Amino acid sequence: MITAVELGLIYAIMALGVYLTFRILDFPDLTVDGSFTTGAATASILIVNGTNPLVATVCAFFAGAAAGVITGLLHTKGNIDGLLAGILTMIGLYSINLRIMGKANVPLLGEDTLMSPLRANGWLGSWVSVALLLLLCLVAVAVIVWFLHTDVGMAMRSTGDNPEMIRSFGVSTDNQKILGLALSNGLVAFSGALIAQFQGYADIGMGIGIILIGLASVIVGQAIFSQRYIWLAAIAVVFGAVIYRLVIQFALGAGLEVNDMKLISAVLVVLALVLPQVGVFRKLAARIQITSRGTAKADAPEEEEKQNA
Amino acid sequence: MLEITNLNKTFFPGTVNERKALREIDLTLAEGDFVTVIGSNGAGKSTVLNMVAGKLYPDSGNVRIDGQDVTKLADFKRAKYLGRVFQDPMAGTAPSMTIEENLALALGRGKVRALALGVTNRKRELFVEELASLELGLEKRLKTKVGLLSGGQRQALSLLMATLTGPKILLLDEHTAALDPQRAALVTRLTREIVERHRLTTLMVTHNMEQALALGTRLIMMHDGQIILDLSQAEKEKMTVKGLLGEFEKIKGAQLDDRTMLQ
Ligand SMILES: Nc1ncnc2c1ncn2[C@@H]1O[C@H](COP(=O)(O)OP(=O)(O)O)[C@@H](O)[C@H]1O
Ligand SMILES: [Mg+2]
Repeated sequence: MITAVELGLIYAIMALGVYLTFRILDFPDLTVDGSFTTGAATASILIVNGTNPLVATVCAFFAGAAAGVITGLLHTKGNIDGLLAGILTMIGLYSINLRIMGKANVPLLGEDTLMSPLRANGWLGSWVSVALLLLLCLVAVAVIVWFLHTDVGMAMRSTGDNPEMIRSFGVSTDNQKILGLALSNGLVAFSGALIAQFQGYADIGMGIGIILIGLASVIVGQAIFSQRYIWLAAIAVVFGAVIYRLVIQFALGAGLEVNDMKLISAVLVVLALVLPQVGVFRKLAARIQITSRGTAKADAPEEEEKQNA
Repeated sequence: MLEITNLNKTFFPGTVNERKALREIDLTLAEGDFVTVIGSNGAGKSTVLNMVAGKLYPDSGNVRIDGQDVTKLADFKRAKYLGRVFQDPMAGTAPSMTIEENLALALGRGKVRALALGVTNRKRELFVEELASLELGLEKRLKTKVGLLSGGQRQALSLLMATLTGPKILLLDEHTAALDPQRAALVTRLTREIVERHRLTTLMVTHNMEQALALGTRLIMMHDGQIILDLSQAEKEKMTVKGLLGEFEKIKGAQLDDRTMLQ
């Protein structure tokens, strides 16, 4: 139970990255399946080679950010569809991740990681580590919320909201997308680095399906929290990630196996997407979600049309 | 201020769908000129504005703003000179952001956007003052999401945002066409006031001839990718809607005659 909450809080950082692309930039980025592993691989190999684990984890962030930049460049400069650009980077990263790790699995047993102090004090699996990880998440939320209210952060939000309009105010929407993808995948890789240190190894397959976990977290959080304010939406993502983990834990407890987890993820996302369209749930969802597009009237200019030259 | 020379644009050249949208357009606006543009559907009015804004690039010809050749400059790079309001009231604002955030975005035109807080109390004071000039009560709703405003309110806000930093040129493309008559009148009044207050060099497309005659210091009429009539302020003051229609028929007829003779 507590382990599920711990995992949820670490995955929440990844989910915040997914929130940045899917919700803020309105960009369906699939790079994350690759960049999550990139983060884990980068941090693990650095740690194994004696790098300070904090430095290694920060490096993981930048490795993920670089992956995001690639997707951004493919999409904006290469005019490749967003989904495809993400898939291309994700597939390419598989080989790169193998190159980074040198093999399919890098164990971190006995290495000095960010989790070592927790482990040494017996805090892992206790509420102390939950509190510490929650603090980490709240710091991440605070930084993201602050960023989204700066001049450049607001330009990023408007890039997702109305790109034509913000271009007319001098913002390069291409650059905003690249920056957003970099930040997003940086967070995802950071989360991957922490997961590797938490579970004690990096594995080439650990990123598969990560995008679904991120999406599930964002959607579940959105279903229970108002999206009225950015800070609320961001906290909702963190809660969504934890709830997702608890649901998985519950499913495992009910007799499903670890190998069924991907299917559970997929089913959960499908449910979260479909349920709001069904009768009772729709009413509930309508109450919870505020529609961003107003109902401004666009009257047909029939009268004036007649005066046309 | 704005110099358009010998602008040509053909869509889908060499195909059955070939469409000459602009034929050798020449147009010069002096500082403070407020030009209204009328013409039939498909005359090329929007295409001219899109080329000034950098949304489309001409096949040949040049666009200069304040002496600088911007013909090949990307839209967002020349945005520091240009304010734009579109026909669609949804187009000029970011719906999921608040009124004050939208205004802050507009205030950032031509500046480097970095990590300073987007909305500050000092900016808020300015926003309140500017919004009050619209007389729509929006100054009391700074934290309202723009998506919740009516079309007329959004269009008024779009106009304010487009002109907030006093751009060198203001481009308006049928910006009152999607509004009901009452709101259209409001936005028309605001347009007149704002343009006068900032002495903005303005290019305004409208399909409403009365509006075209009532506003501005000069009127041009386009047809089939050409400017077929260019009225100075004095000429415009004497002109009527009926007179404009007469001119249009006359010139169109003459053009058709030319074409037929060429065949
Ligand atoms: N992006 C485009 N692609 C193809 N054809 C276009 C495009 N924009 C305009 N046109 C064509 O160019 C001509 C002029 O259009 P436009 O400038 O929009 O006319 P209007 O005077 O009504 O604003 C029309 O025939 C239109 O179909
Ligand atoms: Mg038009």
